Amino acid sequence: MSKTKITRRGVIKTGAVAGASLAVPTLLTAGSHTGFANAPTGSTVTLGFNVPQSGAYADEGADELRAYKLAVEHLNGEGDGGMLQTFSSKALDGTGILGKKVEYVTGDTQTKPDAARASARSMIEKDGAIMITGGSSSGVAVAVQALCQEAGIIFMAGLTHSNDTTGKDKKANGFRHFFNSYMTGAALAPVLADRYGSDRKAYHLTADYNWGYTTEEAVRNSTEALGWETIAAVKTPLSQTDFSSYVAPVLNSGADVLVLNHYGANMVNSLTSAVEFGLRAAQANGKNFEIVVPLYSRLMAQGAGKNVAGIFGTSGWHWSLENTAGARYSGTNAFVKSFGEKYGFPPSQAAHTTYCQTLLYADAVQRGGSFNPCSVVEALEGFEFDGMGSGPTLYRAEDHQCIKDVLVVRGKENPANEFDLLELVDVTPAEAVTFDPGIFGGELGSCNPGA
Amino acid sequence: MDQIILQILNGLDKGSAYALIALGLTLIFGTLGVVNFAHGALFMLGAFCAITFSRILSVSHVVIDETQKDFLGNPLKVDIPYIYDWFGEPTGQAILNWSVPLAILFTIPVMITLGVIIERGLIKHFYKRPHADQILVTFGLAIVLQEIIKYYFGANQIPNPAPEAFIGSFDFGAAIGMKAGSIIYPYWRIVYFCFAMLLIGSVFAFLQFTTFGMVVRAGMADRETVGLLGINIDRRFTVMFGVAAAVAGLAGVMYTPINPPNYHMGMDFLVISFVVVVVGGMGSLPGAVAAGLLLGILESFASMRQVIEALPGINQVVIYLAAIVILLTRPRGLMGRKGVMEE
Repeated sequence: MSKTKITRRGVIKTGAVAGASLAVPTLLTAGSHTGFANAPTGSTVTLGFNVPQSGAYADEGADELRAYKLAVEHLNGEGDGGMLQTFSSKALDGTGILGKKVEYVTGDTQTKPDAARASARSMIEKDGAIMITGGSSSGVAVAVQALCQEAGIIFMAGLTHSNDTTGKDKKANGFRHFFNSYMTGAALAPVLADRYGSDRKAYHLTADYNWGYTTEEAVRNSTEALGWETIAAVKTPLSQTDFSSYVAPVLNSGADVLVLNHYGANMVNSLTSAVEFGLRAAQANGKNFEIVVPLYSRLMAQGAGKNVAGIFGTSGWHWSLENTAGARYSGTNAFVKSFGEKYGFPPSQAAHTTYCQTLLYADAVQRGGSFNPCSVVEALEGFEFDGMGSGPTLYRAEDHQCIKDVLVVRGKENPANEFDLLELVDVTPAEAVTFDPGIFGGELGSCNPGA
Repeated sequence: MDQIILQILNGLDKGSAYALIALGLTLIFGTLGVVNFAHGALFMLGAFCAITFSRILSVSHVVIDETQKDFLGNPLKVDIPYIYDWFGEPTGQAILNWSVPLAILFTIPVMITLGVIIERGLIKHFYKRPHADQILVTFGLAIVLQEIIKYYFGANQIPNPAPEAFIGSFDFGAAIGMKAGSIIYPYWRIVYFCFAMLLIGSVFAFLQFTTFGMVVRAGMADRETVGLLGINIDRRFTVMFGVAAAVAGLAGVMYTPINPPNYHMGMDFLVISFVVVVVGGMGSLPGAVAAGLLLGILESFASMRQVIEALPGINQVVIYLAAIVILLTRPRGLMGRKGVMEE
């Protein structure tokens, strides 16, 4: 057995050699790939789909994943092409992205910000994903967006509705196609004032986290501007399952409208309690008592069953939109057809927004001629497009938020089938929901190409 | 005044669910000495027995209706449940409408069988192990059961409405001579409370007035002596595990119209039920019931707007505060036996 003698000089020498050898590949990589993270080298490019595959939003996550897989098929020239046929930009030709075949990896966010960050990091570092997309919660979206900004990867947000995602927490590498709480308030308030009058007293129950706060604020501000009064706003714990003790006092509070700023299981349970306690049939202040759910999703409506009948809310998109509201929403039927034929049921709004995000990213790369995140940012900022089911849409440069029409919907009284749960009441045009990008604070910063 | 009555009523139905779960927990702890963290999962399984039963009733064959179109514009496929064919549409509809109460008949044998399988197959191997091991294995079992349910039923909630006769609410205020509409209370919650009381009463009667119950009570007091008398006490305790599972399951069945169930509902109740057992007194059956109702009412009062405004966040911690106060001042719990947990 030989003895190893460690000297100070020896340590310094070894350290210098090791340091240099570690640095060389990085320099070479940076040099040979025009300087951005995970630059694709072979004939394929990898996208990272980060969706909740377990936890409370697993069903939304599953629908998002179906849409992503469909988008990949269409990008690679398989299937009927879906919305590529109607998309106003014709840069994509079904040969992948910049001639590279699209492949994907998936991660499970578990609807928890820390788990979502870990799975996004793994897809970026181990699988070399060039873009991360997904998420079914604003908490997750904000966390993953910040991670992608640091890593120099583009983040295309999925189902996230809080003002924060493109407001105070916006990032240059992050983009959101879905609408936000502010737009919900702006679209919903005029319809509510029209149907229920301007002399109304509202009682809010609000989920106790960032999405709940911004939604309550948006709905309060826009309804109060039209003459409504807010009697009370009570925060409810996110873990609450039985809302009876929150709902029971509402009827004798002097309010005649209950606004449920809840999503997912919270919304299903609070609405079930409210209907159980007879609020739908009740009278208050000489008027019919009304319930409002600011953000609707078809999957939630399925959970709440018959209780959604007649209740107003907003939605980003609905599968029957083109048939009921006309050709302005072209792309809807093309998407519903490809999705419906592949999976046997119509897509949800979560599926729609994630499908669009994937095509929009691919199109931006194609138009910019590079996978470099800064080129993608440049191609998407101020990009105006159509034919993706939401009417003419602008990807606003100032906050990376899509500005598009918002749907006001109502639970159907007599649904014809299990998917036909929401009916379209009104479409609020993009101009009416546009807001000053500065009002929520936050800084975009500059794009980070990584590496 | 009306607010106070309303919150007491509210607390009673929530409290009766806590009481039913805590009763089962206490039964299992008192007989087998096992701290069963899978008990919330049994509550959840009961709820899914109701869903399964209603799905079995709705097993259908497809008829193509050329007059209607589906979302893709193809002729609509209409599902006709077989029970419509067998009993005629009105009777079939009535059976589907009453599927929640009918599911009780389906749930009792299923849950007793499941309980016995779980006890014989898994938990009996952990009797002589420390409580920490029992907690770990039953908690693991709870997670496995949840994941199985999620795999088959998905993560979203599944609505399972009460019979139409019980939809709507009762004007309690008018009935007791107050202003009409001042206290309204859903019919189904009244049914739930009565059902819970009936179930609790039957469990007590079973233990108090039957020979089987007497032997079980003797076994709870002194297992060894009962064994020496030549009685196979283990077999009876296994049956008690099945009974406790059935009680939790029935609590779950009847709860489905109150909250549409999802795979996670058991965990939401489990932690609170443990607090209930501790507050009521480990091993005390009346303690579990009383503490369940008391904590349910306490939780209702803490979620009143006026209370939250005075003490923000109290609605989320009130149950645990009560547990701390009880543990500091009366460690054996409200009705625990003297000496238990007091050394």
